[in-house]
Amino acid sequence: MRSLVAISLLTATFAACGGGTQQPPAATGNATAAARIQINGAGATFPYPIYSKWFSEYNKLHPNVEINYQSIGSGGGIRQVTAQTVFFGATDGPMTDEQLTSAPGPVLHFPTVLGAVVPIYNLPGLAQDLKFSGPVLADIYLGRIKKWNDRAIAGLNPGVTLPATDITVVHRSDGSGTTFIYVDYLSKVSPDFKSKVGVNTSVNWPVGVGGKGNEGVSGMVSQTPGSIGYVELIYALQNKISFGAVQNIAGEFIKATPEGVTKAAAGATVPDDFRVSITNAPGAGAYPISSFTWLLMFEKPADKDKAKVMVDFVKWALTDGQAFATELGYAPLPDAVVKKELAAVERITIS
Amino acid sequence: MRDLPFRIIVGAFGCVLALLVLAIGVELTRQSWLSIQKFGFHFWTTDTWDPVAGQFGALPFIWGTLYSSLLALAIAAPVALGIAIFVSELCPAWLQTPLVFLTELLAAIPSIVYGLWGIFVLVPAIRALEIWMPEPLRAIPLLSGPPLGVGMLAAGVILAVMIVPFTSAVAREVLQTVPAAQREGAYALGATRFEAIRAALFYARTGIIGSIMLGFGRALGETMAVTMVIGNNPQVSASLFAPQYTMAAVVANEFTEASDELYLHALVEIGLVLFVITLVVNAGSRLLIWGLGRSGRTRPSRVADVEASAA
Repeated sequence: MRSLVAISLLTATFAACGGGTQQPPAATGNATAAARIQINGAGATFPYPIYSKWFSEYNKLHPNVEINYQSIGSGGGIRQVTAQTVFFGATDGPMTDEQLTSAPGPVLHFPTVLGAVVPIYNLPGLAQDLKFSGPVLADIYLGRIKKWNDRAIAGLNPGVTLPATDITVVHRSDGSGTTFIYVDYLSKVSPDFKSKVGVNTSVNWPVGVGGKGNEGVSGMVSQTPGSIGYVELIYALQNKISFGAVQNIAGEFIKATPEGVTKAAAGATVPDDFRVSITNAPGAGAYPISSFTWLLMFEKPADKDKAKVMVDFVKWALTDGQAFATELGYAPLPDAVVKKELAAVERITIS
Repeated sequence: MRDLPFRIIVGAFGCVLALLVLAIGVELTRQSWLSIQKFGFHFWTTDTWDPVAGQFGALPFIWGTLYSSLLALAIAAPVALGIAIFVSELCPAWLQTPLVFLTELLAAIPSIVYGLWGIFVLVPAIRALEIWMPEPLRAIPLLSGPPLGVGMLAAGVILAVMIVPFTSAVAREVLQTVPAAQREGAYALGATRFEAIRAALFYARTGIIGSIMLGFGRALGETMAVTMVIGNNPQVSASLFAPQYTMAAVVANEFTEASDELYLHALVEIGLVLFVITLVVNAGSRLLIWGLGRSGRTRPSRVADVEASAA
């Protein structure tokens, strides 16, 4: 036991020495050698993988800048940024007008990347991917379409033999931006869904069982023959889960890809405050269940030094940073949105 | 002379705990005030949980928590008592230590591991059971519903596995404190082994009930493993196979993403309800133990009564 402690102490000392000898060249390489700046942020879990990649890459370029991010959920992100306990927030659903007016100052939204939600299902022995339309998905989640061989599903999938089994509906049990995007889409395509269920990070589902997290939903779907669920595109891609295509406004059946998601953002009309839902967006090739994820910052932050660093970071993330999106399963922003945001970020007062 | 400061210091420590409980209650009430004002007592009796419309009722969660905990207790109590009796009364000495070690090892497993085991082993097994079950049986309300695997039975079984080590460990300790004279006396009167054990159990009954209540308290608050297997559907259903929901699970699931005030306050009120129910259950078990203690020792307590009235 004692020798183990001694060894770990030794290695710790060596590590410290190694760090000490390597640090100076890196610091002098970055001529300005500005004071270390630490910025804290908190919010959505969905963009966490790319945010942590961005913060570590940005730290390599600017060793004096250290940005910490806690993925505590969108609701927590909005609360903490409003309470000014963190410098920036992040959310998968834009702040409501009510939330904006209750904040101590004007808050700006900056879309950073795009994500999408895909329908997954478990029908053993099916040779090809199923096609869905928005109204059919809404009716399944309302409990109106109960069997897989329902005429509505069969009509979209000519030539596919669908079993006469019951549909087991699986949804998220935890509050989630994924649910928000999914029900936002279903509410747009189905007036009934909008009036009976509505849009929020958790909703009162009329049917089905709840799985915790993407892994809970996909786990339940993979174990239950005849089930349907929804997960983030990035999760389905990383875990090689097959998913169905969804019909967009143009009538095309689109299987989600990062390109299709970017097209949805390009087809949508983006307002000046960037608070917009891009589900069911028009445009050829647009995947309909897509969404922005946003960074939240005050327009007139108290700490100007941090503000300057953060503005530089946002500019970098919107340009060079977008290159990291696809490899992590996110869709990069369309050029028009990037251009608009680069103009908007100048509104933040940094002096 | 040092007596007084010592008393004050120790007394203060004693008060801290009581104050802490009080502070938790006050803070939970404060943080759920919007919901308490809006829904009042209806919060306990309505079964709608709709974050979109801002309608909140805790009934399905209260139901699910009590149902799953009682089910777990019904499964776990006989097993845990069996283990305790075997280890303390019948077990060969060489087996005792490994057996105690293994049951107590169960208590050290993190609940997320139980949850994963539930998803990958227990849930498919229960689904197979549901599919195998003949139609007439499935028509009984207790066993109705589509074969999902997840649901009340899965939650009850997983909770039972989790509370067995606690209940059996405490029950074993209690049985080991039964004076040898009790058993010797029973044997001297010609009792069989079974009857002697029964006498020991009777002697230790308050402690054994305490051990069961300890397990119940733990089942009430368990979160992670339950939410992974119960199906998370807020409904009041008698069926063992229906997906349901518990109070601890809904708070853990929805707290991070709850952004509007009323929703947040309703979630904290769920915490308050759980707090109150836990207090009531614990107070109830205290009363039960106290009552048993009184009726069991009739003569000494009568003496105490006489002494009390004399004083």
